[in-house]
Amino acid sequence: MQLYLPIAEVSVNAFLLLGMGGIVGVLSGMFGVGGGFLITPLLFFIGIPPAVAVATGANLVVASSVSGVLAQVRRRGVDFAMGGVMLVGGIIGSALGVWVFSLLTRLGQIDLFVQLSYVLFLGAVGLIMFQESLRAMISARQVGASPVKRAHVHTWVHRMPFKMKFRASGLYISVLPPAVIGAAVGFLSAIMGVGGGFIMVPAMIYLLGMQTKVVIGTSLFQIIFVTAFTTVAHAVTSQTLDVMLALLLILGGVVGAQIGSRLGVRLRAEQLRILLALLVLTVAGKIALDLLLTPSEPYSVAFTGAQP
Amino acid sequence: MIRGVLIWLFLALPGMAQEQIVSGLSQNRVAITANFDGSEILIYGAVRRDAPLPVGGGLLQVIITVEGPAAPLVIRRKERVAGIWINNASVKIDAAPSFYVVATTGAVADILSDTENLRHKITLDRVIRAVGISDEAADAPDFVTALGRIREAEERYRIDESSIQLTAETLFRADVVLPANLTEGDYQVRIFLTRDGRVVDHQERLIRVNKAGLERFLFNLAHDMPLIYGMLALALAVLAGWGASAAFRLIRT
Repeated sequence: MQLYLPIAEVSVNAFLLLGMGGIVGVLSGMFGVGGGFLITPLLFFIGIPPAVAVATGANLVVASSVSGVLAQVRRRGVDFAMGGVMLVGGIIGSALGVWVFSLLTRLGQIDLFVQLSYVLFLGAVGLIMFQESLRAMISARQVGASPVKRAHVHTWVHRMPFKMKFRASGLYISVLPPAVIGAAVGFLSAIMGVGGGFIMVPAMIYLLGMQTKVVIGTSLFQIIFVTAFTTVAHAVTSQTLDVMLALLLILGGVVGAQIGSRLGVRLRAEQLRILLALLVLTVAGKIALDLLLTPSEPYSVAFTGAQP
Repeated sequence: MIRGVLIWLFLALPGMAQEQIVSGLSQNRVAITANFDGSEILIYGAVRRDAPLPVGGGLLQVIITVEGPAAPLVIRRKERVAGIWINNASVKIDAAPSFYVVATTGAVADILSDTENLRHKITLDRVIRAVGISDEAADAPDFVTALGRIREAEERYRIDESSIQLTAETLFRADVVLPANLTEGDYQVRIFLTRDGRVVDHQERLIRVNKAGLERFLFNLAHDMPLIYGMLALALAVLAGWGASAAFRLIRT
């Protein structure tokens, strides 16, 4: 069934959109990532104008994150205190990111910068996670059934001022590290047009040492607000949000997120991490290839009007 | 006296009214609704003559162009810099049509002379060249060729040679397919009669392409009240997210 999208001004298959939303939803529910780093390139691929893809992708991430976070709240998988602290940092970082984005747009190399940050951040995060979870799986197998669980690993993170108790995360640490992580993620999400879960999840695990069971829920909780801000900002400043496109993606996405969060419970933490690492590396590899291989059509056409 | 002069003038002006186009469109309005999947427009007409068919001249030919609303563009070319492909050179085009079709009764090279093509801007290369290229690269023509190639692949630009049916040098009809990915605006239809490569008569008509129904409402809302539109999209997202969560819990229990 073909559907004409009022803002994107292209005609696409409605079931294709439902399916794409569904796949991104499954991944978002499973791994606690918003799925922005997947949906935006997918929308480019089916011919949606880039500006519309970024704005509408953010709207989908809001929906799948709400759907995912509600499942996590019931499982007591959200640390609201931690999420709140990160959100404060996130808004500051996001505002800074919007400013840098407009600066780079004026310089005319925003596409390259976005592609390079995808390759760099997705690649680095994917490699670290892959290596770490592989080691965890191997050591778990060697020791036996249960790996040695260390309740407190004291790092530099624990020596900073403004300490606060994060009961759900099982942490008593300074508010500065989570706020800084939130700000960094907010900055990147404004520039890369993503929620930033793929950076936040490993940062929470490896830098803050949060308990794995609250990481996904807390990440989703923060992503909702960051992407909600992005959605409205795009709707107001560039009028590139396509609500018809969003509706179909969302319908697929919220159902997928529910299925995904149930699949996620069945998998072990190490397996979950290794799968997310592989997914992140695949996307990074694809974008790296686009930069390295000789393109079949070196020319591209862009409108000079409403591009952000 | 004055009437006499006018009649004399009318008769003395050669080529002006010897062969005239009388034409019609199957529709002069296209409504883009949610399930819009392209449209086919029939352009038909006849040639009115005040004198008998000229003897000895070439056959009468018909050329029809349909042109979508134009927009400013930038064409970029990727080049390899330090091992990676980046957008390096670009050429700005003031306005290029979003859609352009040329339908003819024969090969353009045979039925239209270069000077007439230049004057009336009929073939695509003439249309784009006419809209003005700011000289930013020495090889600007390569960029224009690339634009034609990309848009042809997107089915936005097309040349349908020998697709017009012409009966007894008098009746003609052309079917022009408008694709599903249509841009809103006024589409200009131009009909040319040529003989021996020379344009004998031409006529212009308009097809209005507009969004309708839900498409119109959403588009207007997005542009007139963007904040409300954005909030609406957010509410939709939150509601759908909550709804799915509640529905799945209901299924499980």
